[in-house]
Amino acid sequence: MIENSQSDSKVIQPTSNPKRITLLTKPRLILRGVLIALALVTVYSLVTLDAGNLKFSEAFQSLGANLQAMFLHPGVGQDNWSLLLRALTTSVALAMLTTLLGAFFAFFIAVFSARNLVPSWLATSIKAVMAFIRSIPTILWVLIYSVVMGLGANAAVVGLTFHSIAYLVKAYSESIEETSADTIEALKASGVGFWPIIFQAILPSIIPALLSWTFIRFEINFANAVAVGAAAGADDIGYYLFMASGFYFNFHEVGLIVYLLLGVAIVLEVVSMKLRGHYLQKN
Amino acid sequence: MKTNFQSPQQFFRQRRLRLGIVLAVLLVIYGVSMVLVNFQTLASLMQVPAGLIWLFKNFIPTERSISYLGPILYQLWRTLIVSVSSTICASLLGLIFAILGAKTTSPLPGLRLVIRFGASLLRNIPVVAWAMILLFSFKQSDFTGFLALFFMTLGYLTRAFTETIEDLDGEKLQALQAVGANYFQCVFCGVLPEVASTLTSWVLYMIENNLRDATLVGILTGTGVGFLFNHYFKSFRYDAAGLIVLLIAVLVICLELTSTQIRRAIA
Repeated sequence: MIENSQSDSKVIQPTSNPKRITLLTKPRLILRGVLIALALVTVYSLVTLDAGNLKFSEAFQSLGANLQAMFLHPGVGQDNWSLLLRALTTSVALAMLTTLLGAFFAFFIAVFSARNLVPSWLATSIKAVMAFIRSIPTILWVLIYSVVMGLGANAAVVGLTFHSIAYLVKAYSESIEETSADTIEALKASGVGFWPIIFQAILPSIIPALLSWTFIRFEINFANAVAVGAAAGADDIGYYLFMASGFYFNFHEVGLIVYLLLGVAIVLEVVSMKLRGHYLQKN
Repeated sequence: MKTNFQSPQQFFRQRRLRLGIVLAVLLVIYGVSMVLVNFQTLASLMQVPAGLIWLFKNFIPTERSISYLGPILYQLWRTLIVSVSSTICASLLGLIFAILGAKTTSPLPGLRLVIRFGASLLRNIPVVAWAMILLFSFKQSDFTGFLALFFMTLGYLTRAFTETIEDLDGEKLQALQAVGANYFQCVFCGVLPEVASTLTSWVLYMIENNLRDATLVGILTGTGVGFLFNHYFKSFRYDAAGLIVLLIAVLVICLELTSTQIRRAIA
């Protein structure tokens, strides 16, 4: 006989008012609602999409032909290799410059928008301003500044930096806020000043987070630098891409430029992975 | 075992040295980039306040710009629904690719590599290049913007979905297989319900992102609210352009707040 089997088995009667258990909990219902709403918007949008008397079979065929010309037969076209490589370097430099400038300013602004360091009204108002700047697309900032400074590198740098600052302030201040209030209180109680707390206690512990956010922004800034070249005439690879496709209709050059951009993107991904891994190991 | 005790002085000297080297490297990078880009730091930074003042003077919407409100709101609405629909279409396709390409649910190991590579290719071609490539074939129609956003989003979402599915506990699938569920039952009853809320929050994030990118695509391809901005901006109607900027900001912030609320509700 099994030891812990019960000798007198009781039949459990269902209670008079059984609680219904359903798979459709409130979050599930909301999820379904959201998905249905999005699906409806999609259907409406696809039905009313302005195709501009486009013949789809023709369009897709020409897309196929263009893609073939671009990716299978890339060539330099009007420009030459040294010009394109120089433009590519300019794009990378533009991304580096704006990321460095953005990171520098963003760190100091982030200090004043972290809830555990400054009074909450100051933090909230700085965060609100940054949310507003962030919500305006980068390219609009560049265009706006290009009126004041003239088209070209200066407007591009300032516009890109503006958006980078707003983005990084959010990321940095959230990292700073992860430092426990007890640490800061203990340091304050022992008479450590405001800036030493930041540079000796908070900064060393959040460096990996800052680094990874800055790298993410660097990748975004590279894509943005290309966009700025195409739409606002900064003298970088985006400008040549725009000229090759919009003016010379040279698919071969577009293909080459896309290959160059892909190469940089892949190098960036590998470098950022290595650097992050290296830094995370050390800390 | 060799233990090396540092005196505090040594420790701090080493730390200062390391910090100095890092700062020097960053400064050199900054300097080289500055020369390459041909950027004047001081002169430009001095112009920033003047630029902001100019901005507030000229970009404040006036009574005249209110008359442009009709077309602006219409184009904004079009841009919003195009970014929503491109995200949703891309997410449907991305979900299929992710299920086929995730380590836990992939039917063929060879397929995984192909999907990984394809997604990374789509993701790393900048949206500008997509817009210019598609402009050749699809001309100046809403469809160009739709497809440019679609390809970008497909690359991002396939990767995000794949990682979400791979993060899932493999034991659950094993248990399902053990009781005799077939492949489709495993996917539709085991995997999808589990990841649905995470995937939805990715989709919401991409919608926000696409709304911002849609402006850029619009400027390049001559559609939507981006085209309207470019048009007013280039014809010096700054008050109308300012109204567009303001409305875009309001729309993006509203969308952010809504999707934060939804994310909290479905988590």
